[in-house]
Order: sequence, then structure tokens, then C-alpha cells
Amino acid sequence: MNWLVNNYESILPLLLNHLRLSVIPIAVGFVVSIPLGWLAWRFKLTRGVLLTLAGLLYTIPSLALFTILPPLLGLPYLSETPVIIALTIYALAIMARSAADAFGSVDAGVRQSATAVGYSAWQSFWQVELPLAGPVLLAGLRVVAVSTIALVTVGALVGVKSLGYYFTDGYQRHILFEVLTGLVLTMALALVIDALLVLLGRLALPWARMRPARLPRVPVAMPHNIGKVAA
Amino acid sequence: MIEFRSVSKRFPDGTLAVDDFSLELPAHKVTVLVGSSGSGKTTVLRMINRMVDPTSGAIFIDDEDIATVEPVQLRRRIGYVMQNSGLLPHRRVVDNIATVPRLTGVSKAKAQQRALELMDVVGLDRSLARRYPNQLSGGQQQRVGVARGLAVDPNILLMDEPFGAVDPIVRSDLQQEVLRLQRDLAKTIVFVTHDIDEAFLLGDHVVLLESGGRIVQKGTPEEILAAPANDFVATFIGADRGKRALTQKKVSGRTVLIDGDGNPAGVLTT
Repeated sequence: MNWLVNNYESILPLLLNHLRLSVIPIAVGFVVSIPLGWLAWRFKLTRGVLLTLAGLLYTIPSLALFTILPPLLGLPYLSETPVIIALTIYALAIMARSAADAFGSVDAGVRQSATAVGYSAWQSFWQVELPLAGPVLLAGLRVVAVSTIALVTVGALVGVKSLGYYFTDGYQRHILFEVLTGLVLTMALALVIDALLVLLGRLALPWARMRPARLPRVPVAMPHNIGKVAA
Repeated sequence: MIEFRSVSKRFPDGTLAVDDFSLELPAHKVTVLVGSSGSGKTTVLRMINRMVDPTSGAIFIDDEDIATVEPVQLRRRIGYVMQNSGLLPHRRVVDNIATVPRLTGVSKAKAQQRALELMDVVGLDRSLARRYPNQLSGGQQQRVGVARGLAVDPNILLMDEPFGAVDPIVRSDLQQEVLRLQRDLAKTIVFVTHDIDEAFLLGDHVVLLESGGRIVQKGTPEEILAAPANDFVATFIGADRGKRALTQKKVSGRTVLIDGDGNPAGVLTT
């Protein structure tokens, strides 16, 4: 508790930096995955190559990637750029597959009917395929968001400031409470972002929650309304 | 008028779906293409709006070779109604109907106003306008599909087994609706079905197709019933089973006609 009293001022800057380090890879990964996912869905050949490559990239341990990227790209060690690039690669690796599945989830009949009534290929992509891929894209994005927020903490090992700092610092100074604080804050951040994405989804995809029409409902006598159902 | 001149279609997998098909479909009439699956009837239909391009031969709409028309432009001036409605699940009913006018640059307000009018035309309550397609029954969805097909007031309406997936009572309603609409609007309708009763009910002209789009017989329903061209036609229309044969029976001094199943079909008036 003492630790918190003495260190609460460090929380906000670290939290904000953590957020920034997460949002960039999530956003870039999402945007880039859409054309890649579409290509993977559309052409069988690219699908195999792309998804295998994505799978392989994801197997590279994050710490290794953080240390390999600086010499590879001519960037200074201990800077945040390699961390952001590495996290973007992971985000893309997960999201590309989701995006391919998302475009695959669009009903072929709807796609065909859009063509039949006169949507050009370009209009069909933006106005039909992309919105209808929305629910599956969102599901993928939620996974990416949570996993990226967790992965950002590993950046602390190469000196990039985030909530992960509490893990390395707490470990070195044997302050369990500091480690726990970092853990709780990271999880809270992930949950808040996830909730925001769900909310955004509800606003952007109102139709996705509409259930198919049911047959007219006939009142049924249940314990709470016995005697009230008209015969 | 729509005219097919020696049209063939071979798909990339080698299937010859349509083989040397020639037909004239008169304007302002309902022509029904009827046949079993694999008869090429849907392929024939889809060649009219260039969803499928022929391998050889040519198709003319009012003497214009459609191969020279840009497919997207062509499709926007031909109404299309398909099985399972083909509505966009993420658009409200009113926006689904307004789809094609919006694509052609009509303002949103104007397109929606027209969409509401079309809901009246096809017998849909305007209160359904703000719903999404999957909040409607199958029959209502098909009505929306028809309204969408009519939205740009096209001369030609293509209907690809539009009522194949709805229950018999709703189908019968929808068929009557098409007949009523056709009396008012007199479109050139090309209707594909595998249901011969539907074909006879709706068609001014009925074209019976066998595999490869081979025309077995064409004519008015009366002509086909009166003289089936061969055993295939007789079987297809049910004449061989006596389904189409009506027998007379005197009841209370009037002549009642009995169908092949022994059920009364009507009363002979003169």
C-alpha cells in the first residue's frame, strides 16, 4: 500500500503510453488485414500463402522479435518503434485470418443478388461485403485488441514504458503489490477497450443483433401468469 | 422484346448448360421458362442481365445487342427478383427497395418516398419500412424483393424461382399478386420455375425446357394442355396421370367437373 501512495502519480502516464502503444498496432493491423483478408478469401492461392505466413509470424516469440527488429530495420535499441512494428505484425497475423473468414461468412446469395441488381464490384465491396463481414471482423478485432494490450507489457523488458514496467520493477524490487497493480491495470484496460469495441459494434452493426422473424407468439400459461392467459 | 439467337453457354468446367437456344420473348407479356433442375432455365434467365455471358450467339433487347451494353448499367435497368429474396440483411426494408435508384444517383429522400409507394403497390404495410429483412416473414421478404425489382420502373422483370421457398398458401398469395401487378403494369416478365402449375397460372407463354436448354414445347398454357408435344411434356404437365383430365358429373341438375384426384374442380356453366 505504501508503494501505491508513493507511486500513484506514475500510473496515468504509463497507462496512457500503454494505450498509445496498443492502439497503433491494433488500428494498423485491422486496416491492413482487410485487403489481405479479402485477397485470401477471393483467391485460393493467396489464401494458402497468406494464412501460412501469418501463422508462422505469430509463432515468433515477442521478445525475440523486439530484439531482432532494430538491427534488421536499422532502428536504435530500446526505442518503441520496433515494439510497435512487432505488435503490428502480430495483430496482422491474427487479423488477416479473421478477415478472410469474415469475407467468407458473407452469404453467397446476397453477394450474387447485389451483383444482379447492379452493384459494381467496388460498390459491392464497400456497401455489401464489408458491412456484412462486420460481425466476424469485430470478433477478430476484439481478440487482437486484448492480446495486443497484454503483449505491450513485454516491451518493458526492452525498456519501453508501459504498465509492463510495474512487472519488471516490481520483480526486481520484490514488491508483489506493484506487480499486482500492473496486472490489474492491464486487465482493466483490456476490458475497457473490449467493452468499447462491443459498443462500437452495436452502433455500427445494428442489424447484426436482429433475430430472424418468429411465428406469431401464442401466450402460454406459465407459473407467473396462470389464470391470465385468455383461453 | 427479348430475343435469343443461337445462344450457347459452356461453363469453364465443361458443362454445356445451354445449347443453341433461340427464342423470342414478347414485350409486356409473362414468359415462363419451366423445366427440371439442369434444364438450363436459370442460365437462360441470367444471360438476359449478363450475370452469365453466352459462349456463342447473341441476345437482343429491343434490337440492341446486350453484349455491347456495360453489364452494371444493363442490370440497373432490369428488375431482378430471386429465391430467398436476396435482400441485403444490413439494410432496412425501405433502403432495400431504394437500393437501385440510390445506385443510379436518385436522392435519398426521393428514393425512400418511391420505396414507400412501392410498398403499397406490392401490398406491404408501411409500418414494416424500418424493419430489417430477417424481421419479416418469408412471404413479406419476397414482396420486398418484388418491390425492389420494380423500383427503377424497369421494362423487364426477371424472376428466378421467386416463390420456390415459401409455403403453398403464401405462394398462392404471391402468385395472385404478380397477376394483379401485371394487369396494372404490363411489364415484360421472364419467370423461371420448376412448378408447371405456377407456369400455367402465370404464363402468357410457357416454354418447356429439357437439359441443355432444349425447347421441348412452347405456347400458351391452353395450347400445351390441348396438345402435349410428346411423352415428356405429357409427363411433365401430369396429363399422363390423368391429373389434367376433368370428368363431368351431374349434381342437382348442374354439371360439376371432377379432377383426376376425384375432387370437384368447378361447375360447367355453358
